[in-house]
Amino acid sequence: MRKSMTKWSLGCALALALAAPAFAEDSIYVPLFTYRTGPFAGSGTGIADGMHDYLTMLNERDGGIGGVKLVVEECETGYDTKKGLECYDTVKPKNPVIVNPWSTGITLALIPKASVDKIPILSMAYGLSAAARGDIFPWIFNPPDTYWDGASEILKYLGGGSIDGLKGKTVGYLYFDAAFGREALPFFQAEAKGAGFDLKLYPVAPADMQNQSSKWLDIRRDKPDFLIMYGWGAMNAAAIKEAVKADFPMDKFVSIWWPGDADPASAGDGAKGFKELNWHGPGADYPAFSDIKKFVIDKGKSQAAAGEYGGTLYDHGVYNSMLIAEAIAQAQKITGKKAVTGEDVRRGLENINLDEARLKAIGLAGFASPFKLTCADHNSHGATFVQQWDGAKWTKVSERIVSAIDKVQPLIDEAAKAYAEKNAGWPKRDEVCDNK
Amino acid sequence: MFYREAGQFKTSYAADMAIFPIRQDRIGLAVILAIAFVAIPLTGDQFLLNTMMIPFLILSLAGIGLNILTGYTGLLSLGSAGFMGVGAYACYKLQTYFPQVNILVWIVVSGLASSAVGVLFGLPSLRIKGFYLVVATLAAQFFLEWAFARVPWLYNYNDSGAIEVSNQTLFGVYVTGPNATPATRYLVVLTIVTALTWIASNIVHGRIGRMWMAVRDMDIAAELIGIRLLRAKLTAFAVSSFYIGVAGALMVFLWFGSAEPEAFDINLSFQLLFIIIIGGLGSIVGAFFGAVIIHLLPIGLRALPALLHINVPGAMVEHLTYMITGALIIGVLIVEPHGLAKLWQTMKQKLRVWPFPY
Amino acid sequence: MNILHAIFVDPFAQMISAPDLLVQTVWEGFVGGVLYSLIALGFVLIYKASGVFNFAQGIMMVFAALTLVGLHEKGAPAWIALALTVAIMYALAVGVERVVLRPLVNQPDIILLMATFGLTYFLIGFGELVFGGNPKAMITEQLFLPSGAIDLSILGGKVTLQKLDIAAAAIALVMVAGLGLFFQKTRIGRALRAVADDHQAALSVGISLNQIWVVVWFAAGVVALATGIMWGARSDVSFALQVVALKALPVLILGGLTSIPGAIVGGLIIGIGEKLGEFYWGPLLGGGIERWLAYFIALAFLLFRPQGLFGERIIERI
Repeated sequence: MRKSMTKWSLGCALALALAAPAFAEDSIYVPLFTYRTGPFAGSGTGIADGMHDYLTMLNERDGGIGGVKLVVEECETGYDTKKGLECYDTVKPKNPVIVNPWSTGITLALIPKASVDKIPILSMAYGLSAAARGDIFPWIFNPPDTYWDGASEILKYLGGGSIDGLKGKTVGYLYFDAAFGREALPFFQAEAKGAGFDLKLYPVAPADMQNQSSKWLDIRRDKPDFLIMYGWGAMNAAAIKEAVKADFPMDKFVSIWWPGDADPASAGDGAKGFKELNWHGPGADYPAFSDIKKFVIDKGKSQAAAGEYGGTLYDHGVYNSMLIAEAIAQAQKITGKKAVTGEDVRRGLENINLDEARLKAIGLAGFASPFKLTCADHNSHGATFVQQWDGAKWTKVSERIVSAIDKVQPLIDEAAKAYAEKNAGWPKRDEVCDNK
Repeated sequence: MFYREAGQFKTSYAADMAIFPIRQDRIGLAVILAIAFVAIPLTGDQFLLNTMMIPFLILSLAGIGLNILTGYTGLLSLGSAGFMGVGAYACYKLQTYFPQVNILVWIVVSGLASSAVGVLFGLPSLRIKGFYLVVATLAAQFFLEWAFARVPWLYNYNDSGAIEVSNQTLFGVYVTGPNATPATRYLVVLTIVTALTWIASNIVHGRIGRMWMAVRDMDIAAELIGIRLLRAKLTAFAVSSFYIGVAGALMVFLWFGSAEPEAFDINLSFQLLFIIIIGGLGSIVGAFFGAVIIHLLPIGLRALPALLHINVPGAMVEHLTYMITGALIIGVLIVEPHGLAKLWQTMKQKLRVWPFPY
Repeated sequence: MNILHAIFVDPFAQMISAPDLLVQTVWEGFVGGVLYSLIALGFVLIYKASGVFNFAQGIMMVFAALTLVGLHEKGAPAWIALALTVAIMYALAVGVERVVLRPLVNQPDIILLMATFGLTYFLIGFGELVFGGNPKAMITEQLFLPSGAIDLSILGGKVTLQKLDIAAAAIALVMVAGLGLFFQKTRIGRALRAVADDHQAALSVGISLNQIWVVVWFAAGVVALATGIMWGARSDVSFALQVVALKALPVLILGGLTSIPGAIVGGLIIGIGEKLGEFYWGPLLGGGIERWLAYFIALAFLLFRPQGLFGERIIERI
């Protein structure tokens, strides 16, 4: 009865074993977890293209990193944790040097595996905030900001420079009701108590992303002074449209860094004034971007649709790939090896030091703010700014905003400790550190 | 030829009524079990065990559970993912409160929690029938999914709202958590699935199974011959939810390693329904066949382009996988509406008289 | 005591103290309900004529809207894109009849239901393959759909009615009336009703089942297109919309699987009920209850009328 199935799977296993491409010794395998399908494709596609194009550009322009070609391969996750795990098992035998899950859910599932499998995880500005503690999570990296930093920065911006400025106000929090949106919740709750503002919660279930009208009825009833959004996929566009319908003042509606250009654009003129926190420059006016255009897009090696290049999401993708490239370069420098492994790249990540000079050298001066990571700090809690939608593009409308680190750090410490305690037998850090 | 029962004589009724009356079937089963218990864990790599075999077995087990309800008792359910979730969360809570008891005990016990919830949502089935019953199971599905997200007690007030699996041992060997090797987890899953399959097979071939089938074929007629509908339907819900709940606990603790409420969304319910319909309604083997098509086939399809050295973008493979899966579902239904299990039966029948069919 | 107060007194006190919000909530529920009804309508059409519980109705809606927007994006003017989309929905109806229904005639209901699941998967893959997975904005202006809102200052507050929502309600009304006329007055409509009553009797008086099926699937396709345009204009056209379509199931079942008025009444009960429930009682349970409330409302009605509000009485014989 189960004969056929066993044979089938054995055959399949054999086929897979044969299929595993024999990578040359002098190449570095970088899998990209992407999603161009499903309900979150709207957010995923731009990021996927940005990540892919920057790495392809390095291959085309410099022949890889340090003379070693990068083997870039996409695995489609559909923002689905199950498929993400499947992707992880698919890429693992090919010795990936780094994994970018691009989903808080997948990140949470992979965190315990990272130290066992010796593959570092880069969850750029998403994932578990507590993972900023490098001494407890040596394999997880979430630069340049955690969701808690982001929350503190938005609150500071709204409070006119300090969170205490919000005393007595009502702040609404409209969030994607999954691991991602909940991540910031403890911080908001702590701050609401500390700074004395009234916090109203508007969770949007993934199934109701495009059917938010009852949440907006609540918002009309509560009339919050400010509204903060942590949304993803189709939720962002739908929320901006609902805000237009509900006549919510757009300049008091601030989102975390995820809405792309298409999200406010689809809501028409009413979306003018919508604000978003970001940590890297808008647009594509940087030397590295011109190289992407020259070596990748103009040669037809990119899947990016017209208008995607230089958008917020595309730029997020480029930033993510810049971190990957920088980590690999650092790893090569530290170990002296050319074809680095996951363990080397973990050390590379801990030694990322993007100062002005280095940013200029890689052609991204002005795009990213300088920052460095250390063994203890895997995040940098970098500075951000607020950008505003003017109907066609984003413009910077604020000065640098730094994280309220005094309020974020205790929470991170507490959460990291709790995580290690809850997962009995959480390993003590014994990985090397190159910058004590 | 080699598959022929000539010369095998039965000397008792018991022998005649055996589930595998033909010697070759029994040998075949022994060979399969030997391969599953010995050959696969010894030779299989991580991908085979982690991505193919463990999910395959777990989905098959859930499929058996759903088949008890839908295939044997004729109650259509779209709430199976919710019941899987009940199993998983029950196991998580039990483990939090009694960490000293072995996790494997809790995985099996958590099925009982799922049973209880299943019976509760099964109550309307006494009054509502056919497609109308779908709404009751959908109510269960969406309510449970909501509860997993909104009742913080269920996920121990974690910030992320996800449940995590820690490292647990059995006789000094890690069985759950990241430290457990795929082979260990595979063997644990295989043992539980084999045992439960054996029990299910005995239940459906016995008095209770016949009672369910009578209700499925026509519940009023069944009532007239003295079957108590309340008991028949609720036992079906209870047993079915037990299996599904255990499968859910296995899914989180031995496959995912952590889970969010979205892991138990309605798509999983659909998948389980596909499994039993394609595999064959009212058939235990069918659940295994269905899981091959629904779980293993897409994996094969995704691996295919790399195999043939064609460069197809991942997204396009995903789209094609969707299209092929859809076409296959329709195709299988057209070729054999009773599913692959029926096809397998026909094949065996043909083989028995081969090469001289009459 | 406090809990009882919170359940039975506070919500009503809120309704009275802010009547404008109550009106707004009911209006939102009404519009949501109308849109659910439109999806349910497509289900009913097909179920009536062929006994198929067409799960693919939701994806047909997304597929139709996506085709319309996709064709427009590729350069076709709005009217031509619309005509082409209607033609494609016709081709889909013919295809479904040839490939899926004809070989499966006389199979049990659940097998036909499963076949529509297969169709759903196929259409998801096909739609994304051709038009891409990115959400697209509906071409509202090109289709002369109104935008903007009417603000009514009543009851000491402001009630906002979106012109688009009013248009949606009007279109739903026109479609229901049109379908009603079609069923009652035309030759094909009568044939459809005959098929719904008894397949074999219909066949024996010379009605072509195959032709009828093409007609109903095409009609359901057109309803899907109209629904898709409305939902798409409210949010965006993307595959995430198919999740919304699941809400049509309780509507459909509450109304009774075979009744067109049932789909409308069911939609309104569910739409308004879930919005009121979520808005006034949701906070007691931590919010988000509208995800399951619709199903519980439908379940409550079913316990009293197992065949739905307007469904045909189920008579069982041995």
